[in-house]
Amino acid sequence: MSLLATSLPGFPEAAPVAGLVGGVLIGLAAALMLLGAGRIAGVSGIAARAFGIGSSSMPRAGAWAFIIGLPLGALIVMGLSGASAPAFAGPLPLAIAGVIVGVGTRLGSGCTSGHGVCGMSRLSQRSLVATATFMATGFATVAFMNAAGIEVLP
Amino acid sequence: MTRDILVPLASGTIFGAGLTVGGMTDPARVRGFLDLFGDWDPTLAFVMGGAVLVMAMAWIVQRSMLRPIFAEGFSLPDRNDLTPRLIGGSALFGVGWGIAGLCPGPGFAALAIEPVSAAIFVVALVAGMVLVRLFEGNV
Repeated sequence: MSLLATSLPGFPEAAPVAGLVGGVLIGLAAALMLLGAGRIAGVSGIAARAFGIGSSSMPRAGAWAFIIGLPLGALIVMGLSGASAPAFAGPLPLAIAGVIVGVGTRLGSGCTSGHGVCGMSRLSQRSLVATATFMATGFATVAFMNAAGIEVLP
Repeated sequence: MTRDILVPLASGTIFGAGLTVGGMTDPARVRGFLDLFGDWDPTLAFVMGGAVLVMAMAWIVQRSMLRPIFAEGFSLPDRNDLTPRLIGGSALFGVGWGIAGLCPGPGFAALAIEPVSAAIFVVALVAGMVLVRLFEGNV
């Protein structure tokens, strides 16, 4: 765990090694989905399929299995690391953000996983543009909220 | 039938573990990354970089495969058109991501970390998806 806590010069809060290890795990998970099941590990699309929204051909049971795996993996890591839970936003910002993310990912056909990881890595034009767009509005949103003094995390 | 469940279950579990190790399930870390013009935390660039690197290799392997290991064929997106819908939707997604510091994957993963908060986000997320379907039908 000490290696995972390695910091970055100039950025005392950054955890580059933990980030890289987490990223490689995400990449391996997406690779398993691609080479094993022949599909994109896009969370928003798979979630939509699990809940009966969208027209994916993925077996619905498989979609649920993937979605159930997400908290399972988190549970294993939290159990092994013994880390305490991080702080989350309050109910109102969570609900507002959730609806916006739900609408946005359906209209935009994907999120950080489908566009950001799976699409970018195959140089999909749509995914490159989508990722650049949601990164830009993400930066702008946090910048605006900070400038306006809107705090959502304790 | 079993493989239709086991492959996505294993993928989802490894995915959720990676999100947690990388800090994507910590809203403060995500918002720290999005705070580009303030107190920037570059950690998520390493998460994204690691994931994209591994997946880039997987795409190279995929090109030489006739079919996936545990399925009959590949079902992959083949669209290449840039539409207002794609860009507008992605723009909206980024706003929601910035507000609470959660995207869909970490939202579901966080059900095992902070169940009530994560459940509020996930229910709202699905409601947003249903909303699009009500207005537009299945696209």
